[in-house]
Amino acid sequence: MTFTQTHLLGIEPLHPAEITAILDLSEDYVALNRSAEKHAEVLAGMTQINMFFEASTRTQASFELAGKRLGADVMSMAMAQSSLKKGETLIDTALTLNAMHPDLLVVRHSSSGAVNLLAEKVNCAVLNAGDGRHEHPTQALLDALTIRRKKGRLHRLTVAICGDIAHSRVARSNLILLGKMENRVRLVGPPTLMPAQAAAFGVEVFDDMRAGLEGADVVMMLRLQRERMDGGFVPSEREYFQRFGLDAEKLAYAKEDAIVMHPGPMNRGIEIDGAIADDINRSVIQEQVEMGVAVRMACMDLLAQNLRKTRERARLREVNHA
Amino acid sequence: MSIWFHNARLIDPEAGTDRIGTLLVREGVIAERDGPCPEGAEAVDAQGKCLAPGIVDLGVQVGEPGGQHKESLRTAGLAAAAGGVTTIIMRPDTDPAIDTPEVLEYVTRRAKARTPVNIRAMAALTRGRDGREMAEIGLLLDAGAVAFGDGDRVLRDTKVLGRAMTYAKGLGALIVGHPQDTGLSQGACATSGKFASLKGLPGVSPMAERMGLDRDLGLVEMTGARYHADQITCARALPPLERAKNNGLDVTAGISIHHLTLNEFDVGDYRTFFKFTPPLRSEDDRRAVVEALREGLIDIICSMHTPQDEESKRLPFEEAAPGAVGLETLLPAAMRLHHSEGLGLPALWRALALNPAQRLGLEAGRLSVGAPADLVLFDPDTPFVLDRFKLRSKSKNTPFDEARMEGRVIASFVGGKRVYPEQAHDA
Repeated sequence: MTFTQTHLLGIEPLHPAEITAILDLSEDYVALNRSAEKHAEVLAGMTQINMFFEASTRTQASFELAGKRLGADVMSMAMAQSSLKKGETLIDTALTLNAMHPDLLVVRHSSSGAVNLLAEKVNCAVLNAGDGRHEHPTQALLDALTIRRKKGRLHRLTVAICGDIAHSRVARSNLILLGKMENRVRLVGPPTLMPAQAAAFGVEVFDDMRAGLEGADVVMMLRLQRERMDGGFVPSEREYFQRFGLDAEKLAYAKEDAIVMHPGPMNRGIEIDGAIADDINRSVIQEQVEMGVAVRMACMDLLAQNLRKTRERARLREVNHA
Repeated sequence: MSIWFHNARLIDPEAGTDRIGTLLVREGVIAERDGPCPEGAEAVDAQGKCLAPGIVDLGVQVGEPGGQHKESLRTAGLAAAAGGVTTIIMRPDTDPAIDTPEVLEYVTRRAKARTPVNIRAMAALTRGRDGREMAEIGLLLDAGAVAFGDGDRVLRDTKVLGRAMTYAKGLGALIVGHPQDTGLSQGACATSGKFASLKGLPGVSPMAERMGLDRDLGLVEMTGARYHADQITCARALPPLERAKNNGLDVTAGISIHHLTLNEFDVGDYRTFFKFTPPLRSEDDRRAVVEALREGLIDIICSMHTPQDEESKRLPFEEAAPGAVGLETLLPAAMRLHHSEGLGLPALWRALALNPAQRLGLEAGRLSVGAPADLVLFDPDTPFVLDRFKLRSKSKNTPFDEARMEGRVIASFVGGKRVYPEQAHDA
């Protein structure tokens, strides 16, 4: 068995073989999701709790659907309005939920490392659905699956990640994953939105988008938060679009068959021209969403298998002691 | 009651010597060096272990008043005695702040009754540490304050700070600053760089410390005030510090033991016991400040003892409270500088005892005849693994939990009286 993790907290702890194992299994679930039946029983009897401390629509829906298609009992909690507001700490909330014996916990939180902290305190599998500016592993995995399907491989590709790198967990997870799989990663964006010492990640850094896109196989756009556009990090929306928004003219610098990706939700006319986003020959944005469900099914399936093994070992130990 | 230590490695920071000798304590002071045992004195065979002036720890947070659930004068005193710290200089960041002679007097009185070690206080420079109005510097001096500062709250208004310095200069009071450009450091919990970027933690450039120091030094040059920078932790801040000293400004600098012995990577997987203000620096910075300490550019090592309860630390890294307890781990951690960085014990004791005492105008910190018999007897080589739950501090937030350390305190003496280990009749 190649996949040995007990949690999915980030891409960083994963071995390249584990990434491949997830993607290979995801392919099976892509097929299942396209079939009429759309149902498996691998999580039957298991309880999945989605805890989103930060508002989310698409990621939460994707996890919910993934769990239901695998036969789990799924509960989603909108933590933003819950007891945390009443002063309960993250740990106490986790312990409370832990007492209800969940098998899979899907967590999103606005603080980097919060999901790691939570994973230490519970005895079930924890999936990181995005923590602060740290990681968003399932997004990187679904991006990888999309790239692999479109390009036929996931190595020796030139991938340009463009936009607000500094505040993006999607960028963080993607650059780690693409680096592990031996791709050439470029980060493109204004210096104010570049993390400190970005070049130390083993990537190339560009603040000229045309140079950054030159010869790229994949163009990955990131969402720019509106509150960062009012002069704090970039002078204005229109200046940003002019310099870093993806339009046909800039995309022409990439390879002719380059694909365009975006984790959503998009700001049309700010980081991406609507015409590019809708171009079915270049944009794979809809496919990314489809892959998202399959990848999350694969991750939960693999984690559940390991969880069962761990519990079985614990049970046998007890039997032997008795 | 006299004590005669013999067969002791006497660590004398003033003379810069480290050699075997004898030392006689009589009536609370060091009465004689290298003399014979007088009649009636208790002879203590140090068995070749080190006898040094007790540590003068500049900048200890004691929970009283306002945070007794994290630390009290009693527990801080016990921790200090066990750590070889014979003089605690309290920080004013209590609640209420030590900003009036009344609060100072209250704290001093309670400290006397509850702690076996000497406690002196740094008073707030501004009322409520709010950075707006000067505290009663003159009255606080009369009541025994040894320095003035607002803790890790930076006084942002340069006009207020400039006036306070001018006023303090007239009284000869020492100002303790926390050099940091608050515009840059706001919201940050790590040093910007590859590590912070990878972990997704908001970072601050070490330049913020240099800019804060530059500003403070400008005001020192303008007013002629006596100034001590509480923590200089990065390479970038060293050139302006050196320039100021060469130009004859009355400036000294300190550093916490944590910034001398740990670096940003120690944070690892978001370990909040490694969260500090300022945040831990890169290894390059750490090595630069160790060199600055060796050269005497950085004058004082302190523990920056900051007790935090479990609730304040068991949070996501960005939300967790900064700081660590250090009274009991200061000496063994400083031994890392001795064993791994090759700093001599007399040089270390200049930074741990002599320099802070002299800067604050205290008699302690020396091993000369006539100095108060505040002493620590320790073995620099005893290895041990630290167990945080064995610390005497009420809060157990140490970054050295389960760390392998060398150097243990055998006994501490304050005014010639043994305060650690506790004597049976004290219990």
